Amino acid sequence: MDWTQTLFWFFFAMTIGSAVFVVTVRNLVHAAFWLMITLFCVAALYVFLKADFLAATQVVVYVGGILVLVLFGVMMTSGKLDLNLKLERGQMISSGIISIALLAILFLIVRRTNWQTAETQFDSEGTTSSIGEAIMGEFLLPFEVVSIVLLIALIGAVLITRKEVKKEDAA
Amino acid sequence: MRLEHYLYISIILFSLGVFAVLTRRNAISILMGVELILNSCNLNFVAFSSFITRDITGQMIALFGIVLAAAEAAVFLSIILSIYNEFSSINPDQTDTLKG
Repeated sequence: MDWTQTLFWFFFAMTIGSAVFVVTVRNLVHAAFWLMITLFCVAALYVFLKADFLAATQVVVYVGGILVLVLFGVMMTSGKLDLNLKLERGQMISSGIISIALLAILFLIVRRTNWQTAETQFDSEGTTSSIGEAIMGEFLLPFEVVSIVLLIALIGAVLITRKEVKKEDAA
Repeated sequence: MRLEHYLYISIILFSLGVFAVLTRRNAISILMGVELILNSCNLNFVAFSSFITRDITGQMIALFGIVLAAAEAAVFLSIILSIYNEFSSINPDQTDTLKG
């Protein structure tokens, strides 16, 4: 077994293990840090799939952006209530049954399907330049739409959280 | 390192995300579950584009998925903050003012 294979199985186990901790751990801050490890491991799996630009984007946007936002939300909202998450037993059992059934169905689908995979995996010297060309060519319209979506989300987030300004103050 | 291995990771992440969304009593934990689900979708896209079509189309879709996840997280957290200002709690069971 060569190094690549060993590393792949390491990240395979790490991804699943840390995701289990994200879901089961009681402390919310600990869950956020386990989520960070999961996101790093998914970025590593992107590297195995030869998606280097996407791996870098995953680290920058998810770990650097979304996770900081999540931690910020945890700190802002956990003042009075305790960070411990108690679970109700009945809800826990029914949700467990639903997710395990979902897992089993999807597992069977993946197992039974005869995947028509190519003999060799996708390989490239680096995807950054081809992704840049695709954004400016084939994917120009989605790129513009997504930029407008981001702008709207930004304005909307500010609008929702800001304090109400009274009429007489504004005048 | 076959396609199935990536799909196994993806379906496990998806099920764990669904479990988190269903059981957690805190809106931010639910957001974490949603992030797990989005990550499993992106991993699926990249794995399929790497093994079946062998081009960067799936990577582009995953890239747009990441951008939309960022927008979603920003709006989600702003909603959570205003809910917290209103109810002093982000437990989904306690924020039921619209319930008849």
